[in-house]
Amino acid sequence: MNSLIIAGLLLVLLGLAYQSGWSRGRGLATANGVKVHSRPQYHGSYVAIWTLVPALAIIGLWGWFGDGITHNFIVSQIPADTVQALDQVGLNATIARIKALASGYGVAGEVLPYEQTAGDALRSFQFITFLVVIAAAAIAGVAALLYARSRVTARHRARNAVERVINLALLACSAVAILTTVGIVASLVTEAYRFFTFINPLDFFFGTVWNPNNAGSAGNWGSYGLLPLLVGTLMITFIAMLVAVPVGLMAAIYLSQYAPRQLRAIAKPMIEILAGIPTIVFGFFALVTVGPFLRDMGNFIGLSINATSALTAGIVMGIMIIPFVSSLSDDILNQVPRSLRDGAYGLGATQSETIRNVLLPAALPGIVGAFLLAVSRAVGETMIVVLAAGNSPVLRGNPFEPVATITVSIVNQLTGDTDFAGPQSLVGFALGLTLFVITLCLNIFALFIVRRFREQYE
Amino acid sequence: MDMLAGKVKMTHQTVNSTMNPTDALERPIRLHAKDVTVHYGAKQALHGISIDIPDRAVTSFIGPSGCGKSTFLRCINRMNDTIEGAKVGGLIELDGENIYDPSLDVVELRARIGMVFQKPNPFPKSIYENVAYGPKIHGLARSKTDLDEIVVSSLRKAGLFEEVKDRLNEPGTGLSGGQQQRLCIARAIAVSPEVILMDEPCSALDPIATAIIEELIDELRENYTIVIVTHSMQQAARVSQRTAFFHLGNLIEEGVTEDIFTNPVNKQTQDYIMGRIG
Amino acid sequence: MADTLSTPAPASNDRTRLIRASLARRHLSESIFRGLGLAAIIVALGFVALLFVDIVRKGVPAFTQSNLHLSVTFDPTIITADPPPVRTAGQSDADFNAANLKWQRDVAMLNWNKVIEASLRAAAPAGYEIDTRQILSIAETDARHRVRELFVKDPTLLGKTVQVDVLASANADNWIKGNINRDLGDAQQQLSAPARGLIDQFETNGTITSGFAWSIFTNVDSRAAPASAGLLGAFVGTLWMMLVVVLLAVPIGVASAIYLEEFAPKSRLTDLIEVNINNLAAVPSIVFGLLGAAVFINYMHLPISAPIVGGLVLTLMTLPTIIIATRGALLGVSPALRQAALGMGASKTQMVFHHVLPVTFPSILTATILGVAHALGETAPLLLIGMKAFVAAVPATPLDQATALPVQIYLWQGNENRNFFEPRTAAAIMVLLVVMIMLNGVAIYLRSRLEKRA
Repeated sequence: MNSLIIAGLLLVLLGLAYQSGWSRGRGLATANGVKVHSRPQYHGSYVAIWTLVPALAIIGLWGWFGDGITHNFIVSQIPADTVQALDQVGLNATIARIKALASGYGVAGEVLPYEQTAGDALRSFQFITFLVVIAAAAIAGVAALLYARSRVTARHRARNAVERVINLALLACSAVAILTTVGIVASLVTEAYRFFTFINPLDFFFGTVWNPNNAGSAGNWGSYGLLPLLVGTLMITFIAMLVAVPVGLMAAIYLSQYAPRQLRAIAKPMIEILAGIPTIVFGFFALVTVGPFLRDMGNFIGLSINATSALTAGIVMGIMIIPFVSSLSDDILNQVPRSLRDGAYGLGATQSETIRNVLLPAALPGIVGAFLLAVSRAVGETMIVVLAAGNSPVLRGNPFEPVATITVSIVNQLTGDTDFAGPQSLVGFALGLTLFVITLCLNIFALFIVRRFREQYE
Repeated sequence: MDMLAGKVKMTHQTVNSTMNPTDALERPIRLHAKDVTVHYGAKQALHGISIDIPDRAVTSFIGPSGCGKSTFLRCINRMNDTIEGAKVGGLIELDGENIYDPSLDVVELRARIGMVFQKPNPFPKSIYENVAYGPKIHGLARSKTDLDEIVVSSLRKAGLFEEVKDRLNEPGTGLSGGQQQRLCIARAIAVSPEVILMDEPCSALDPIATAIIEELIDELRENYTIVIVTHSMQQAARVSQRTAFFHLGNLIEEGVTEDIFTNPVNKQTQDYIMGRIG
Repeated sequence: MADTLSTPAPASNDRTRLIRASLARRHLSESIFRGLGLAAIIVALGFVALLFVDIVRKGVPAFTQSNLHLSVTFDPTIITADPPPVRTAGQSDADFNAANLKWQRDVAMLNWNKVIEASLRAAAPAGYEIDTRQILSIAETDARHRVRELFVKDPTLLGKTVQVDVLASANADNWIKGNINRDLGDAQQQLSAPARGLIDQFETNGTITSGFAWSIFTNVDSRAAPASAGLLGAFVGTLWMMLVVVLLAVPIGVASAIYLEEFAPKSRLTDLIEVNINNLAAVPSIVFGLLGAAVFINYMHLPISAPIVGGLVLTLMTLPTIIIATRGALLGVSPALRQAALGMGASKTQMVFHHVLPVTFPSILTATILGVAHALGETAPLLLIGMKAFVAAVPATPLDQATALPVQIYLWQGNENRNFFEPRTAAAIMVLLVVMIMLNGVAIYLRSRLEKRA
């Protein structure tokens, strides 16, 4: 109800202000034939912005401080000795009861006399403050309206002022992206720093045992060695690239160089479907289909392969990355100038000779960049690994055994309902920082290579 | 216009004095084309081109841009095969053999008919590797010394050897534009083709580099049948013995270069020579 | 040089012979290379096909479910609660609600299982020997809640007999669908021998029929009653999050793209922003989850497990994609249009908002939908902000506890009752994929339509 009134007030103010600016701007134009700088719409918007800002500011201030003021008012209505006698929980309960009484909903059971008086007082208090806020907002808005309206003259540059406001709003929006980066770096660094006050960084970065004691306390935190996770991550990434690079690259070559138009028109979007499938789906596929299949295959040829292993996760992650590799490679291959291909054909090179000897060497830097981007994606991938890698943070090199990765351990250590008090959850941020730095380096390097490659042929 | 025509004639006589233009007529026919048509999808680019190209002489194709001269050139070593949707009809014979015969190997054909392109397009490899590439893929060199020999002699023939002999292992893309184009010519020569097609080989070059290439073409015609597409009438007059004028996908007129420039039969050719058709 | 020039062109037979000698080998390697390319395509497409076929094959059976048709008698000897409270004059809302709640608590304390058991026995052949625990294992545990709710809604049912459809238990459903090997011994079976026998009899006498599993769409998640577990809560949670993403990511993303592409002065700072956005687009999604946990939950004290936080995290994650796509679209607008607008005396702002934006609208819309579709399937960051908590309610506001579709998939795949939940997870995946395919389809449709109009 209250918010409806406020919204209504703001709308009325907005309409009034726009209308008054508009009509004044229009009056200027028609009255004396002077050339008016801005069109009436801009004068209207100008006055509207001027009006809305102070009104919104007042309402916003009330929204920010109002709760605290109301709280203090309620406490002041409760007899002092009662406040003394109540603990925090009891006080909050009493306040809730008084609020319920004030709203007319009532409370169950006996109503104490002081609760009733406080409730009545609160009701009138709320009514009065609401009126005061509304009135203040309206008065401020109208005052600003009159001021802004008085500034509307033929030579007034309303359009420039309005555009400056639009510009500022746009700037504020693009600041969000920067703030996100700042937020990521700041939160990772501060929380990781807190983690390193518990655990020596050397023990973290060079430790070979990962065994956090999730119920532990000071002196018995457990071990937080990064290496088993790092090795697991790299092993899965390596397997994924073994799958994705040949298939993705050859698919890109075939599609861009050999495939007839119709096949290309069908196959390209079909492969890109893979890129749109959520990773949790790949994870499920790995867990219930690929893993058991690999285990049975292993049994068949006499190899002991775990259903959840680095191999399972790596293969499925490779499948996931195929479209990534192929569409990036496709882009890169298409950027190699046609004249180079013609040169090779003109010498009598076959198509595959042209591709292998001319096209690929020319595109190599770009393709390497694309691979690095794919690696960075594989390193940061989470759900496939959570489901299919088996979560066994032991330092070993056998891809048929379960492993754990950095991302898996972040998920395991940060369940969402921790207060970040001990290294058990804080280690998530140290791992996140490690992950962030690795992927950032890969990305910057890859983008640098790709950009230089593009410039070469521009 | 008269001034231009006069100038063309003059330069033509000074550069092209090594051979009597009429000699070209007596030379045997190397390439024979009859009713060649090209369609790009629904659009017809060439309307029945018939022409004979003599052995070891320079034949130039001139005409306004988009007239089909490059398209026809690309038919001669079947480069149009690499363009999606291009369809070639009619007959082109090299030494009496139909080059569009399905049993003919296009790889082998292109080894016999080399090509130099509009923009210098050295491979992103060393100078040596650029020239050695053709002989390598075709298995023309039996040994490393063989290959070295082919590379050096090809670079010599292209008039580039003295300039690059100390940096054969540096990338070909590091050379100047004119040097790059000569490198591409050397690359084409290294396969020992019988015919060399040149698609506006000087259009991306400065006048000095152009002059060097033109001299080179004049030397090369001793050993190779050369077909050159050019947008510059002066160049056609300077380097070629025979000239063909293309317009809107048709071959309008073809004959001894001197005749075409001084005494064109066709009104359209005359208009073009006089600068009335852009 | 003179000597090389004087030798005739080496158009010798020797050269032709050499070239021909290697042709067969070269063409073979050409075919092999080409074959490898085709094989790569087939492998890639094969994976797409395999994935879809596998999911559909696993998921389709979960869309049918076994139902029990029972005649339930609201027996007054079992249902011994007082009549529901009637509101008296002058009673406050609070008092009446308290009385009503007390009555409902009393009703809930009754032994509703007895009602269910009685109706099951009524359906069984006369004299069939089975004990209470065994017979109750046939109906899903939420059957008693269903029957109780009927009574709470309409207390006049007391003493009457009505037809009620309840879900068969997950184990019964497994038994009927053959998800369990029927030849296993008693020790390995989830259901006792009498219960299994009775289920078979129910199937023949029509008490159990299988029908479309509406529960997947109309129910919230449930642990105690697996057969009734549905996606409604997760679906609404996802909807709230997508609402936040659309309301925040789209305007902010488009606005910042406009600023960077059209207004920002070309400087080191803009370069830095550009690099920053490109990198942000490649930051692993889980890092955004860490950001959400540290900033939104730990620092700003927003509610845990709430769609608002999930929406904010996904917004930040989607933002770079939308910015990059929008910038690409703006960059593609021909300079001629800009110059024409500026030449007419339009200000830069007018040029952008009146001329450039309308032209790029289709691309921006498509990019936005694709960005939202991507956010829709994201799981990892949501786990870090507590959205993997078990929530058995439909979130009424974005501030309530909730889960999301992909997280629900994650939770279900981890359920111990694999025989039942594996198909149900696959079914949930099918629902998720259908939503995503629909979004993509809408994007493609809108783009083609708008582009035609423009």
